[in-house]
Amino acid sequence: MSEHAVQQVPIRVTVNGRELAAEVEPRLLLSDFIRHHAGLTGTHVGCEHGVCGACTVLVDGAPQRSCLVFAAQADGAEIRTVEGLAEPGAPLHPVQQAFHEEHGMQCGFCTSGFLMTTVALLEETPHPSDEQLVDALSGNLCRCTGYRNIVAAARSAERKLAEAGDE
Amino acid sequence: MKPASFEYRAPEQLDELLELLADDFTDVRVIAGGQSLVPMMNFRLSTPELLLDLRRVDELGALEHRPDGALSVGATVTQARLLRQLEQQGGWPVLAEGIRHIGHPQIRSRGTVCGSLAHHDPTAELPALAVALDARMTVAGPQGRRTVAAADFFTTYYETVLEPGELLAEVVFPAWPAARGWGFRELARRRGDFALVGAVATVDRDAAGATAEAVALVLFGVGERPVRLGGVEQALAGKPLDAAALASVEPLVAEAIDPVDDLHASADYRREIAVQLSVGALADAWERSSARV
Repeated sequence: MSEHAVQQVPIRVTVNGRELAAEVEPRLLLSDFIRHHAGLTGTHVGCEHGVCGACTVLVDGAPQRSCLVFAAQADGAEIRTVEGLAEPGAPLHPVQQAFHEEHGMQCGFCTSGFLMTTVALLEETPHPSDEQLVDALSGNLCRCTGYRNIVAAARSAERKLAEAGDE
Repeated sequence: MKPASFEYRAPEQLDELLELLADDFTDVRVIAGGQSLVPMMNFRLSTPELLLDLRRVDELGALEHRPDGALSVGATVTQARLLRQLEQQGGWPVLAEGIRHIGHPQIRSRGTVCGSLAHHDPTAELPALAVALDARMTVAGPQGRRTVAAADFFTTYYETVLEPGELLAEVVFPAWPAARGWGFRELARRRGDFALVGAVATVDRDAAGATAEAVALVLFGVGERPVRLGGVEQALAGKPLDAAALASVEPLVAEAIDPVDDLHASADYRREIAVQLSVGALADAWERSSARV
C-alpha cells in the first residue's frame, strides 16, 4: 500500500466547543492533531507511549491519553483540552485556580494533563475518597513536585467546585 | 515515537469488516481501544498495513444480561463501561475488582475488555479472570462464529487461538451466584503497573455453608498464560478453608508453577509471592462466601 498515495481520512470533531473538519493521515495521533491542526499547544506530548499522562484530554467527557488515539478514531467526538477550561483573560477554572494557589506544579510540563484528569475525576465523582483520588492521579507523572501539592490542589478544587455548586 | 504509515478503515457492517480482515495478502490488525496496540505501533513494534477500527459496528458494542443470567460483553465495550455497569447493577464483584487494577482511569476509559483478552499479556488481569470465571469467547471469522472456552483460548505470551481473519466478537461470563465468595490479590511495583503476580479465587460453599463445594484458583504473571491450579482446587473441595487447609496447599501452589526471572523479579520471589497471594485470595473468597441457596 505504501506505493499508493497516502490516504486522507475526513474527520469532524468538536474541540472546546468549536467544530473542526479536517483531512488527516491515518497515523496522525490525536495529540498531534490537537497541537498542529487545532493549534492548541496546551496539550503537552511527553512519552508518546501512554505512560506519562501529559497529553490527557477529555474525549466525550472521559479522560484519555491523546497519544494513544488516532485522530481518525476521534471522528465525531467532543474533545476538551486545557484551553477549554477558561477563556483568555477570564477567571481561571476552579481546578486551575486551586493548582495555582496550592502550587500544584513546578516546571508545568505535566500540568495540563493533571488539570484535565482532575476535572474529569471531579465531574464524575465530586467527592472522591483518598483511594479514588490517588487512583485517578496515578495515571499522570510529575517529575518535580513529589505530588503532595497536586493532591492538595485536587482537594482544594473539590471544595471550590462544591462551593460553586451550592451558590 | 510516531507509527509507520497504514491504511485505515472503519466499516459499519461486521460482514464487511470480516471480509477485509480475511485478506491473506495484507498485514491487517483490528483496533478497538488501542491501549496496547497504539503504544506498540508508536514504537513500530507493530506495523500493520491496514488497521480495521471496530468502533462503527453497532453489534460489537453490546453489553447485556442474558436470560440464563450470563453477562455478554461485546468487542468495543470499554473496561470503564463494564466497571460502571457492575458497580451500578451488581454481580461479578471479582471482575469489578480486577478491572480497577488495570492501568489507570485514562486507560480504562478507552481500553476494551475483549481487546485485553485478545492481546493476552500474561501479566494482565482480564485473561486470568476469564479463565477463573469459565468465560466463553465468541470468535467471529470467515467461516462464521465459534465458541472457545477461556481455558482453551490463551496459548502462550501474546498468543491466542485466534486465527488470521478472526476476531474476538464478545466474551460471555456465566451467571454469578450471589452466595459465591471471591478474592483478588495482585502485587505490582507501582499502582497501575503490570502485575508481578496476581491471584483470582472463587469459592462456592455447600448448602450447609460448612465446606467449600467448588473452588477456583487462577494465577497470572507466573507463566506464559493464566495458570489454573486444579490440584489446589481439588485438594480444597469438600473442606472448610481454615488456616490449616490453606497452609496445606502452599506447597501445591509452589510446585504447580514455573515462573521465570526477569528484570522486575526473580523466579523465586515470584513463586513466594504467588503462594502468599493464593492463600490470601482463597481466604478472602472463603470469608466472602455464604451457604449455597
